[in-house]
Amino acid sequence: MNKALSSLGPSDISIKSKWCKGCRICVAICPKKVLAMDAQHKATVVNPEACNRCRMCETHCPDFAIEIGVKET
Amino acid sequence: MQEHLETYLRMERLPHIWCPGCGNGIVLGSLVKAIHELGYDQDKTVIVSGIGCSSRAAGYMDFNTLHTTHGRALAFATGVKLAKPELKVFVLMGDGDATAIGGNHFIHAARRNMDMTAIIFNNNIYGMTGGQYSPLTPEDRRATTAPYGTIERNFDLAELAKAAGATYVARSTTYHNSLLTRLMVAAARHKGFSVVEAITACPVAYGRRNKLGDGADMLLAQKENAVTVKQAESMGKDELAGKIVIGELYQAEAPEYTELYQQIIQRAQARASKGCN
Repeated sequence: MNKALSSLGPSDISIKSKWCKGCRICVAICPKKVLAMDAQHKATVVNPEACNRCRMCETHCPDFAIEIGVKET
Repeated sequence: MQEHLETYLRMERLPHIWCPGCGNGIVLGSLVKAIHELGYDQDKTVIVSGIGCSSRAAGYMDFNTLHTTHGRALAFATGVKLAKPELKVFVLMGDGDATAIGGNHFIHAARRNMDMTAIIFNNNIYGMTGGQYSPLTPEDRRATTAPYGTIERNFDLAELAKAAGATYVARSTTYHNSLLTRLMVAAARHKGFSVVEAITACPVAYGRRNKLGDGADMLLAQKENAVTVKQAESMGKDELAGKIVIGELYQAEAPEYTELYQQIIQRAQARASKGCN
């Protein structure tokens, strides 16, 4: 779990739209209102600067559609 | 998470078939993280499942997987473990699968205390087969087979497992999925029959009919309704009504079945060799 993700930069929030089923769990659970649902009912990033890398969206996404880049420590 | 997916899941089968807001994917994610932490060899780990939405999880997992008949996952798992006790065995079942159709297998697997980990995805309903109520559907809830509300008292899965002889019993929810992962790890490390109840939302067959909102609402309700074992200790029966007690609920030591069985084999072999001489 602590392994740094190779494909993503530390500030990246990746949403795999093809896998997103539009359940809005990520939007409801994000404490910083980083995410919103778009017109196609897919999760989208609207406020990336506010993200505190808590990864609540990633761990609660039932569809494995979200990946948060981790800061190197 | 993504790096674990590629290691432990059959990526070509994803995205999975579960409905929007269904929590089964979260339970699967927790299991993958738990197995990673345990460091188990995928070739020496067996995932057995029954029938139902949750049992589809085995099909996505890149291990030795056995997708069996309804309610019989534990019977197949018992055979696997008896034949090859060195294998790590996880048994994935739904609430109806484990406690109704497979209820008999469940109590006797617990009684035998065979070293395996049963993970029950409790979404309070038979989802895949059409929204019928299960023994874990709470009282006064609606289902296709209870259009005016259920009148049966539900099982408490943890109490059932404990009474039947399971030696490790724990519960968490998809909201508390970090805890769920930790409990799965502890359950797998426990020698004997371990049970982890994972509370998961079925917004389509259960939530909608009971006006519980969508998957996100149901997930947040788990947060609202959960109390830890420690908190529960100081709460009365009335206060605990409708609450989900999460954490390690029971732990005990008892002889493990495959070890006892090995002794029987040795006893039989000793007698046979004496007979030959």
